[in-house]
Amino acid sequence: MSIRRSDGGAGQITGGKISSLKARAVLVDMEEGVVNEILQGPLRDVFDSTQLITDVSGSGNNWAVGHWTYGSTYRDQIVEQVRRAAEHCDCLQCFFLIHSMGGGTGSGLGTYVLKLLEEEFPEVYRIVTSVYPSAEDDVITSPYNSILAMRALTEHADCVLPVENQSLADIVNKIRHMSHSGKGGSIIKKDSTVISSQGGVSGVEKPFDAMNNIVANLLLNITSSARFEGSLNMDLNEIAMNLVPFPRLHYLVPSLTPLYTLADVNIPTRRLDQMFSDAFSKDHQLIRADPKHSLYLACALMVRGNVQVSDLRRNIERLRPTLPFVSWNQEGWKTGLCSVPPVGHTHALLALANNTCVRPTFTELRERFTKLYRKKAHLHHYLQVEGMEQACFTEALTSLSSLIEEYSQLDATKGVCMPEAPRLNIAT
Amino acid sequence: MSVVTVQVGQCGNQVGQEFFSVLCNDSSNAKDKLYKDCSHERFFREGPSQDLTARAILIDMEPKVINQTIAKAAKSGKWRYGDKAHFCQKQGSGNNWANGFSVHGPKYEEVVRDLVRKEVEQCDRLTGIVTMMSLAGGTGSGMGTYITQCLRDAYPHTSILNHVTWPYNTGEVIVQNYNSVLTLSHLYQFSDAILVHENDAVHKICAQLMNIKHISFNDINKVITHHLGSVLQPVYTASSSHYSRNPIGEFMSSLVNHPEYKLLSIRNIPQMSSTSLAYSVFNWPGLLRHLRQMLIANAGMEEGIDWAVRAQSASKSDRGRPTRELGFNRSLANLLILRGKDVSSAETGGFKDPALYVPWLPVESAISSWSSSVPFNGYEKSATLVSNSQSLLRSLNSTVGKAWNMFASRAYTHQYMKFGISEEDFLDSFTVLEQVISSYSQL
Repeated sequence: MSIRRSDGGAGQITGGKISSLKARAVLVDMEEGVVNEILQGPLRDVFDSTQLITDVSGSGNNWAVGHWTYGSTYRDQIVEQVRRAAEHCDCLQCFFLIHSMGGGTGSGLGTYVLKLLEEEFPEVYRIVTSVYPSAEDDVITSPYNSILAMRALTEHADCVLPVENQSLADIVNKIRHMSHSGKGGSIIKKDSTVISSQGGVSGVEKPFDAMNNIVANLLLNITSSARFEGSLNMDLNEIAMNLVPFPRLHYLVPSLTPLYTLADVNIPTRRLDQMFSDAFSKDHQLIRADPKHSLYLACALMVRGNVQVSDLRRNIERLRPTLPFVSWNQEGWKTGLCSVPPVGHTHALLALANNTCVRPTFTELRERFTKLYRKKAHLHHYLQVEGMEQACFTEALTSLSSLIEEYSQLDATKGVCMPEAPRLNIAT
Repeated sequence: MSVVTVQVGQCGNQVGQEFFSVLCNDSSNAKDKLYKDCSHERFFREGPSQDLTARAILIDMEPKVINQTIAKAAKSGKWRYGDKAHFCQKQGSGNNWANGFSVHGPKYEEVVRDLVRKEVEQCDRLTGIVTMMSLAGGTGSGMGTYITQCLRDAYPHTSILNHVTWPYNTGEVIVQNYNSVLTLSHLYQFSDAILVHENDAVHKICAQLMNIKHISFNDINKVITHHLGSVLQPVYTASSSHYSRNPIGEFMSSLVNHPEYKLLSIRNIPQMSSTSLAYSVFNWPGLLRHLRQMLIANAGMEEGIDWAVRAQSASKSDRGRPTRELGFNRSLANLLILRGKDVSSAETGGFKDPALYVPWLPVESAISSWSSSVPFNGYEKSATLVSNSQSLLRSLNSTVGKAWNMFASRAYTHQYMKFGISEEDFLDSFTVLEQVISSYSQL
């Protein structure tokens, strides 16, 4: 789990090459394996040993252990490291929290840190990237961990970017299938896929690398406007402002296009328009959801590359009639134009949708939770942890249910013609 | 005789940079030395080696745009911004009007006042301040409004012209309608006049008149600043022998004859790509006829004008019935600015027709006509009409309606309350604008 400010790190530039760059990050894990690998890999110079907080035994896929046991043990150390990183910033705008929901450390300790960040740095935005477990997840207790974590996300995060392993895997497969079929006219341009680590420093590819690259690209795109110039900048604080109409409804479904660039595509405009269309297709969403058939509360389009405002307008006008928007936000688009495309691409698009299509994801999660909870399966592992009570479970469930209910109520307005609010009457 | 420009936010700074670029090019190419000197003196400070420094302040809450703007100006080799003429921070305003107005405005008030003061002190005589900002974002709209208020306090006798950019209808920023409502309602209290450019209208001009295939914000800004330049470059306002020394003041008195009516729109003819321009010939009667119908039918450009709409004298029985249903755009006041060849032969009588105006103001005070024989910005003949009319009514009504609908659900209001703008404040703003809408509807 790491926290990084969008601006990258302070570094030195010699001879045109950046030689000492340090990430504004804190890496936390209650096992040493992953962090040690990072320290031995090509990124070892990017992290200081002081930025790492580790333990040995891990959380045993137990949210309570991650949250309560390790939370209290490492609280002061974490606060200190974050403070130190914050002090190095001229102007700290935002925390990125990256974790998974299904395990023990990322989920439990991760949400503990989220609460901590709110207490210690209340003015700083908290954008959380959460990897949700798929139905076929091999961690049995992942539903417990996820629901317990959800409550913290709903109450303490400014925005959440949910990502599902299954969707990432599907995208990876789609790309691999495309490149292996290699039919005439559909050869993928080298290093132009959303799963490639073109521009990165890693050498040998490891499992999950392809999937992780997608999430990395998500974060690169979301910060592109803060890092590079453009004719219509979109800062991170603008994302929270425009996409969160009500404080708790801050789950933003990300989609990335293009997944790849075909080598011989010759019609630039058509490819560009296809990119916009794809952003709304369910195959490009990073969770298993179909936003087109649910209700949009708000939508952000962050475009990178040589794309002008007229291209943006044309596509919004074209796609708008096909997308259901909530009655009070019929033209609810937030747009950004960044001149610099991602490495290996000529242009790219990130869409963030505040859409009721998250409801099925949450409902399904709740069902998996209920299946276990009804039978009290594995419950004692949690309840025996100091600081953990039965109430944590019931309260987390209630929180999720009321969230689902809020989305349901909005869903009910879909397609219903809502009358416009009567205007103020002015005495003439 | 100088004008100081205050550029706030991304849009304000991008438009501002293009503005000075147009002014500089136009006056450098002018064969009339008096025109050139007057323009230079008005908008620039001249250094010892005849280098031009814009009389401008650049303000933004994040550094990228200002850096780009300053660099772009310097790259021209013809003019630049002052070394210490800008102020920026790092965190941005997050598209939040309340953040710009209630937090950044007061926090940086001293610094901004200081910057403006230093620039004003370098003018022999300050005749006006122009501010540039968008309505949609957080810094330009929120902080720009606060700064305008400060400038009004600091320079009570100086005319302040607020130039605002109205965002595209189909959104650039989701909360743009809130930001627009808050900005316009506040500006209305202390601005002298609000001159509006609508992105949608300018976009059409780029697409249909200039024939630009891939329209960028740069293209949009070029049209906007062509319009602004045509108003603010040296011009003869009365039958006097020298260029007007108080252009902004005279602009105000020509157009804003009643404090309830401050919204101004602008039309310009002809507009076309430079390639087409080389092959076109214009005559004043044709240009003025089109411009007059553009006003009457509320068209933004010379293509697609509805010639069926006619000016209708308002009779006593019409009073109170909104004339916009008839398609006719009634004016309170118009300012016609003609530039170029044979300008003295131009017949402007068509604009003196009482049928164009409200009956309760004398026609003589309703129409003003300025001219200059110097061709402007590459156009042999160019006519601009600035109007205080019902032109913006539909857009204003639409924006207020959408904002009101959103407010009814209280969507996004928590974001504004976080920075001190309450529901009461929103209601006050809506009330002010409904009054403005009502006033203009009843012309």
